[in-house]
Amino acid sequence: MMRHLLSTGDLTRDEATLVLDTAAELARVGDRSVKKLPTLRGRTVVNLFYEDSTRTRTSFELAAKRLSADVINFSAKGSSVSKGESLKDTALTLQAMGADGVVIRHSASGAAHRLANWVDGSVLNAGDGTHEHPTQALLDAFTMRSRLGRLEGLRVAIVGDILHSRVARSNVLLLNTLGAHVTLVAPPTLLPVSVHTWPCEVSYDLDDVLPKSDVVMLLRVQAERMTESYFPSVREYSRNYGLDGERLARMPQDAIVMHPGPMVRGVEISAEVADSPRCTVTEQVANGVSLRMAVLYLLLGGS
Amino acid sequence: MPDTHGPHLIRRARALGGDPVDILLADGRIAALGPDLDAPEGAETVDADGLIALPGLVDLHTHLREPGREDAETVATGSRSAAMGGYTAVHAMANTDPVADTAGVVEQVWRLGREAGYCDVRPVGAVTVGLAGERLAEIGAMADSAAQVRVFSDDGVCVSDALLMRRALEYVKAFDGVVAQHAQEPRLTEGAQMNEGCVSDRLGLPGWPAVAEEAVIARDCLLAQHVGSRLHVCHVSTRGSVDIIRWAKARGCDVTAEVTPHHLLLTDDLVESYDPVYKVNPPLRTAEDVRALREGLADGTIDIVATDHAPHPVEAKETEWSTAAMGMVGLETALAVVQHTMVDTGLLTWDRVADRMSAAPARIGRVSGHGRDLAAGEPANVVLYDPAAPVEVDGAAMATKSGNTPFRGMTLPGRVRATFLRGVPTVMEGKIS
Repeated sequence: MMRHLLSTGDLTRDEATLVLDTAAELARVGDRSVKKLPTLRGRTVVNLFYEDSTRTRTSFELAAKRLSADVINFSAKGSSVSKGESLKDTALTLQAMGADGVVIRHSASGAAHRLANWVDGSVLNAGDGTHEHPTQALLDAFTMRSRLGRLEGLRVAIVGDILHSRVARSNVLLLNTLGAHVTLVAPPTLLPVSVHTWPCEVSYDLDDVLPKSDVVMLLRVQAERMTESYFPSVREYSRNYGLDGERLARMPQDAIVMHPGPMVRGVEISAEVADSPRCTVTEQVANGVSLRMAVLYLLLGGS
Repeated sequence: MPDTHGPHLIRRARALGGDPVDILLADGRIAALGPDLDAPEGAETVDADGLIALPGLVDLHTHLREPGREDAETVATGSRSAAMGGYTAVHAMANTDPVADTAGVVEQVWRLGREAGYCDVRPVGAVTVGLAGERLAEIGAMADSAAQVRVFSDDGVCVSDALLMRRALEYVKAFDGVVAQHAQEPRLTEGAQMNEGCVSDRLGLPGWPAVAEEAVIARDCLLAQHVGSRLHVCHVSTRGSVDIIRWAKARGCDVTAEVTPHHLLLTDDLVESYDPVYKVNPPLRTAEDVRALREGLADGTIDIVATDHAPHPVEAKETEWSTAAMGMVGLETALAVVQHTMVDTGLLTWDRVADRMSAAPARIGRVSGHGRDLAAGEPANVVLYDPAAPVEVDGAAMATKSGNTPFRGMTLPGRVRATFLRGVPTVMEGKIS
């Protein structure tokens, strides 16, 4: 297993499968009345969060605590520069405190890579700018595998703001490694200019893709993208790319709907779909804890 | 300030890469040039066997940072760095603090250059007040000042307003000036971090598309031709820009263009490391662009090499990519990079290198006394360069105050052995004298 988890592109198929299998084993711990394992006793994990993200931070915190690690939450709101202390100095501080692993969330793409140059411990990328969010992609793959029993050959549509999405980047790389077929669906303005070089298909037409999808993953669309002229209006976006009950009905019977959260109901997903049993949002959250336990275990204590 | 003023007899230098000759420098001029010259009394002999002699290099694009950012560079440290790179004249860009947009600031920079004495410092004047792109700076006053400014640029920022650009191009005609444009359409590059393409898409960094440079160059060429003025295009970085400039020259537009050493050698895949030492504006482009830039420099579409030497303190680069400063130092590696990319590849001969790095930039900047032939009677501005002395680049070992070189760790093929400014050695045996 590697020292850091910075990008899903760094994972081989065997490594990725090992993470998922380990998560499946650790998930059983969550079913016990005493949910704790002694595996990481005496190890220190720092949650270094430069962006607000209660969801991801809590998930990592819970995962580390279930493995008996000591957890420090270091929340630095805003950029390191506006705070005065540089990311490097913060890294050296954590290093001096003896952090074995640093989980970093940062608004700058590549922040986790930079941090990995400055600390001896393992760096876990918990989302860097518009680059990657590896544990999200791993928990998504874990959820697909749990629900549908396989990843090989699975047809996955990822819909929404691909251009600005770290979740999309990590998912495209990981799902490709694991043998699934990805189709990105978005208006052309929300796709990267070189998307044709990515290992996936691209479509501008959600209705065409839905009947051929085993999984549809919706991404949050931020309202400010409208003022930046990525699309004319939220309503038009929703009409063309939002998933409502009518569209859900045109998907295969056992197809599932995923969303990394936070959802914007009424934009990319209707309330009806969000609350349907085919939507895995809360399951993804639950799986996130097991998956992050697996990653921490493999990076920090694994044998 | 160098203090050796006696005559120097350079033995067996390959002038412009030709057969070995002796060159006698005395009283600030090239006194004689020919085989087996007699050494006059008191002359210091410089063994230049195997070395290339070129006219002192002229940089049209240097950031000396003073006034305002003396933590990154000063006129003194920057001009020492220039001398180490074989330069005898540099143009100091206007984006200082305060901006060089008045006669007072340009005269200050000019005077600091004279006091340092390592090379002639020619200040560039801002086109617009405070580089704000709103109204013309006192261009005429800067031209008339002791600094005799002829090159005007808002470098770092594009004069994007078409009307203001037209007026600037017209206005500088009165004193044979030139507007050096930093071609960057601002709306297309809001928040841009690197070349837009496969690498930026993969890294999740906002892209700086080639079209944002090319569209402005095309517009400016048309404007310059319309008003019959001179245009200079800073740091051309894309294949499309080379095509547009080639087209504009063919239809008679008086446009000149520069390329930086880093754009001749480096590509955007280096950004995969997220190391901001590779962050620069315009950004590193693709291998295809590099090829087109080399061809453009070889065929004269691109007139000159200019360094865009941009020193930054360590803390401006030891950070996450998006907050890091843009720019790279380049004075001390320029000639070796040009050898590596243009001479060793067969694209340029040494006499053409002298044109691209000395004669042509002096002509564009209207710098008298530089960029002249190596001939008796000419000013003794000479660089001796060893093309067979591979050096591993180390920013910390440089004369510049900042070590942000993107070539660090690379082995470049040669090094400057000596630089003479009007007969006075500013660099001897590869060291500042």
